Amino acid sequence: MSAAPKHTVARFSPASRAAFVIALLLLIGLALAPWWAGRADMRLMSELFLYLALACLWNLLAGYAGLVSVGQQAFVGFGGYCLFAATIFLGVPPLLAVPAVGVAGVLIAIPVAFLIFRLRGAYFAIGTWVIAEVFRLTAAQVSALGGGSGTSLPVTVVKSIAASRSMREAATYWMALGIAVAVLVVVCLLLRSRRGLALTAIRDNELASQSLGIDIWRAKFFVYVITAGLTAAVGALIFLQKLRISPDAAFSVNDWTAFVIFIVVIGGIGTIEGPIIGTIVFFLLRETLADLGSLYLMILGFVAIIIMLRAPKGIWGYVRERTGLDLFALSRRVVLPSNMGPTDTNGPSKETDRGSQTT
Amino acid sequence: MPLLELKNLTKSYGAITVADDLSYEVAEGDALGVIGPNGAGKTSMFNLITGTVAAASGDVYFKDQCITGMSAPARCRAGISRSFQVPQPFGAMSVFENVLVAATQGAGESGQAADDLCLDVLDRTGLLKRANVAAGGLTLLERKRLELARALGARPSLLLLDEIAGGLTEQECRSLIETINDVRASGVTIIWIEHVVHALLAVVDRLIVIDFGKKIAEGEPQTIMESKAVQEIYLGIEVDA
Repeated sequence: MSAAPKHTVARFSPASRAAFVIALLLLIGLALAPWWAGRADMRLMSELFLYLALACLWNLLAGYAGLVSVGQQAFVGFGGYCLFAATIFLGVPPLLAVPAVGVAGVLIAIPVAFLIFRLRGAYFAIGTWVIAEVFRLTAAQVSALGGGSGTSLPVTVVKSIAASRSMREAATYWMALGIAVAVLVVVCLLLRSRRGLALTAIRDNELASQSLGIDIWRAKFFVYVITAGLTAAVGALIFLQKLRISPDAAFSVNDWTAFVIFIVVIGGIGTIEGPIIGTIVFFLLRETLADLGSLYLMILGFVAIIIMLRAPKGIWGYVRERTGLDLFALSRRVVLPSNMGPTDTNGPSKETDRGSQTT
Repeated sequence: MPLLELKNLTKSYGAITVADDLSYEVAEGDALGVIGPNGAGKTSMFNLITGTVAAASGDVYFKDQCITGMSAPARCRAGISRSFQVPQPFGAMSVFENVLVAATQGAGESGQAADDLCLDVLDRTGLLKRANVAAGGLTLLERKRLELARALGARPSLLLLDEIAGGLTEQECRSLIETINDVRASGVTIIWIEHVVHALLAVVDRLIVIDFGKKIAEGEPQTIMESKAVQEIYLGIEVDA
């Protein structure tokens, strides 16, 4: 028992510290983009940030809480429609409407969760899709927002974002960057917290989790609702950028769920790094192959199949298994006191690293 | 006042009865051994006590409170923790994190206190050297130790051990007995299901025998082991009167 107090627990590694500094520098560089990037580049980067946010959120839901939803477009579309309704009918300034839409997303997700949590596994997945369809059909009934054919954001609302076009574009760019960073920070803090530890435990073994004091239903409910709120806020930004909304675009399973699942799966599900890598790979593929038409989608599918066969844990899972890297400092390492020699520890060289042990 | 009391617990799966009017008490600080043939309902009894399975009828009392309707996680937070016969590690998490789950969720600790509790438990169960290894990469013996470590990490007042000595070498078994006796000395009440009878007898001061979900004998370990009922039913020996 005497050895215990001499050990300490490290929550940061040199790699995670370096990653933090690099991320900070990168963030500053990206925040200055309106001064160095062209209009088209900024638009593309905004889209990338919004996809990154969606991917991180879906990863939290499916990769950590085990809630494989194929109906997150319900909240993207809900967020978009709420933004249009709030700005057009209530005259809420667009930039204020975005966080309000997030709160609305949380509120709508609560009854949805009570309904959908009665289903498990594949039934849950199909259930979420059904819910999204219900949302889509409901939105198509709102004639004040154009019904089935949708509507555009009135010029007065657009102008209220900022007076000049370049300022408007900078503002929407910053908001996209801001929400991606916010989502990443929320996901990181959540996973580093007590609640995140519980989620990770649930991901690995539900029976042991509940026997060790974790209320599984409550943990999943919390994640579902938080994810829904943030997804709705992202949805609001997506359609603030598009300036036009229609039920088919807002509740598109292809755009807001299929591509997002592709991103998370090729990047590495159940890791924070995965969705980031996946988003970059997805945009690289899209931008280089977009001219190929439907061949582009076939290549996308081919890439997904290759990665699922060759590296089922995605690109980051493949890298981590070989390097043990953990850029977001989610793991906790027990550190031997520096004055203890190898004899006291029964040879630390024998100790296999967490990363390389994962099978 | 007993720490744990089972009152007429009954549970069956179709034609198979795993608990048949099961009643007994465990006083605070006691160490109770449970023996019985495979499929007698020993593990099911643990499932009923920890709340992972609901009883068809009967009640469970813990610290003078009826916990029959309490969920499994709430029972763990109230002070009941268990080890699983078939280890159930959080495979992708490190050994330390496995125990940290118990310390933060079950024992409700946080920050430095949680870290210290985990390090102490890992030290007592001989897993400190393996603290950073992913639990999925442990050997069977280490997985069994991790089961014990996690159960202790929840800082239980009642510890349920399910065949934790099975498959260990003589030496490993001796060190396990020492660890469990230590735990008991720290004031934790223990119920231990075990086929390795000599290990059980080194710790417990009372035995119950279960067969077909029924308690068929209860008392002093020596008396029970020598009783006709145990030799006939548990060991499968025909004893001539």
